[in-house]
Amino acid sequence: MKYLSEFRDPVLAKKLTQSIKEISRRKTNLMEVCGTHTVAISKSGIRQVMPENITLLSGPGCPVCVTANSDLDKAIAIAKSGVIFTTFGDMLKVPSSYSSLGEEKTVGVDIRVVYSTLDALKIAEENPDRDVVFYAVGFETTAPTIAISLMEAERRGIKNYSIYCVHKIVPPAIRALLDLGELGLEGFICPGHVSAIIGSDPYQFITDEYQIPCVVAGFEPLDILQTIYMLVKQVEDGEAKVEIQYKRSVSPEGNKIAQEMMDKVFETADAEWRGIGIIPGSGLKVREDYSHFDAEKRFDVDVPPTKPDPPGCSCGEILRGIKFPYDCQLFGQACTPERPIGPCMVSSEGCCAAYYRYRRA
Amino acid sequence: MKKNRITLGHGGGGKLMHDLVEQFFVKKLSNPILDRLDDHATLEMGNCRLAFSTDSYVVNPIFFQGGDIGKLAICGTVNDVAMSGAIPKYLSAAFVIEEGLLMTDLEKVLDSMVKAAEEAGVQIVTGDTKVVEIGGADKLFINTAGVGAIPEGVNISGSNAKVGDKVILSGSIGDHGIAVISEREGLQFKTIVQSDCAPLNHLVADMLNVCPDIRALRDPTRGGLSSTLNEFATQSKVGISLEEDKIPIKEGVLGACEMLGYDPFHVANEGKLVAVVPPHKSEAILEAMRKNKYGKDSQIIGNVVDEPKGKVVVNTAVGATRILDMLIGEQLPRIC
Repeated sequence: MKYLSEFRDPVLAKKLTQSIKEISRRKTNLMEVCGTHTVAISKSGIRQVMPENITLLSGPGCPVCVTANSDLDKAIAIAKSGVIFTTFGDMLKVPSSYSSLGEEKTVGVDIRVVYSTLDALKIAEENPDRDVVFYAVGFETTAPTIAISLMEAERRGIKNYSIYCVHKIVPPAIRALLDLGELGLEGFICPGHVSAIIGSDPYQFITDEYQIPCVVAGFEPLDILQTIYMLVKQVEDGEAKVEIQYKRSVSPEGNKIAQEMMDKVFETADAEWRGIGIIPGSGLKVREDYSHFDAEKRFDVDVPPTKPDPPGCSCGEILRGIKFPYDCQLFGQACTPERPIGPCMVSSEGCCAAYYRYRRA
Repeated sequence: MKKNRITLGHGGGGKLMHDLVEQFFVKKLSNPILDRLDDHATLEMGNCRLAFSTDSYVVNPIFFQGGDIGKLAICGTVNDVAMSGAIPKYLSAAFVIEEGLLMTDLEKVLDSMVKAAEEAGVQIVTGDTKVVEIGGADKLFINTAGVGAIPEGVNISGSNAKVGDKVILSGSIGDHGIAVISEREGLQFKTIVQSDCAPLNHLVADMLNVCPDIRALRDPTRGGLSSTLNEFATQSKVGISLEEDKIPIKEGVLGACEMLGYDPFHVANEGKLVAVVPPHKSEAILEAMRKNKYGKDSQIIGNVVDEPKGKVVVNTAVGATRILDMLIGEQLPRIC
């Protein structure tokens, strides 16, 4: 079992697509809330092979895209305060109110791309006379690795390391979306990597309180097709339960060790999501015990007033799933991956970028 | 008013770099030979047609799994010359060295240049050395240029693809880019991916033996397979249709790409070629390629089609189609 090529088998894909068509009768809107799913669905062209009554919507699943302008403005202010500012590469090009981390980098601000928090920690160790800040953007998938970096910094006595944390958690965002009442949804394609950490139990409220079926999905074409089949089956049978398709990585209770690490370092807090606004309890902030690693507390920076999203940009509506990228007047015309206007066109996991990059021939 | 500046993306081999080349270099330096925009220039000198090409190598780190900057500097230029159908013969080599480089490292690089040149059958006949202060370069940069004679009757260019032609790929994609990034970032994957860095001139000679009428040849380096195929489609004003499941990708590369969020179609190769060939000769060329060690995994991966012109279309595993775009900016900085 190699776990990748087996899940791209064209013959099995055809059979699954046929089975979905055979059982699906009702109008069915399914939403994925994970950027990697958005990309995988677009890349394999799954939308094209769905029957007309099934619509696949994309939700706020890209951590880069949901990062609010105000958070980005603050990140840039911290970066410009003389520190070594480390970030995952995805954040570089996202436009803030005034510039982007990438633009600041070309004029000499010390911004470095890292592949893991431990790389950032290494930079801190190698530059004991400089402050090193890591820009913690992401969901539950990356939160444990951020937690480890703080625990490691503590253990190794590294004092010049801190994080600017705008991490978010997924279940409260799903509740907020449902409470907005804008969506007619028949099912959630639940995120695979996030669920590897938190398990599938945290989605129980979606089925109990909102009667919407949930299936945790893997990322290969066959994973997603099977997930759609499982969701359609529930819809047609009039059921609403939480199921796991991605059993090779996800259990109902999740990864307890990772959860404990997160809990040790972080507590939940209100957080601002682009397009949605403040969602109660949807963010992670550094606990008091670790607050000496909290860049927001360490650096008192002047942040210029945040500007609203550029005129005509529909990223907000797209992140809420009430508009498709091609409903935006800027999509593919004024806004392309080369000259992005909104964050959904910037991030490699952004909905607009995925729709544009893998558009239908 | 903001001043536009060069970003790493302008060197990534994708759309940004193509725009830079067209809007700056071609615009300022335009002449009929340069304007063809192949990886080599074709020069008429007396009765002889020469292929001439140059490339600079700035890879970080300078040593990686399957090769080093020296091997790369020879193979890269040999391949650029060979992709014209020419037999590469003479190379120049210029070195920009950062103060502090270990002599033993320089020696290792030179040894590997000698070895690669021997395998390719080329000689390094002229050179230059510069040393810059610490920070003025990163350890070692190498520029090589190469020339070779193009045999009579051979006319290879990215603008020659015709509807009905077959597209052949000489083996798995993405090996070099993933090998370098793994080495540089200290990423530990279960499978160690080796760079495919290799001189391909003998493979090209084997192909031309079977069919001198090869239309287009290119080595998909920075920007990967997608850049090369998009270049062919644009230059020849045709469409290219690919079968996704026919494209060989090693499990180690696939896994690393999944983890890093890269598309293997965009990841660099240094020992692969893509050929557009007449349909009736495709099987014979494929057979000849598979007999060469650098072409043993060759596959016919698609066709040249009439529409959509200038675009590459992928037929996916689930039976859908999608456009394969060029990489926009950089995916892996400084891989060659």
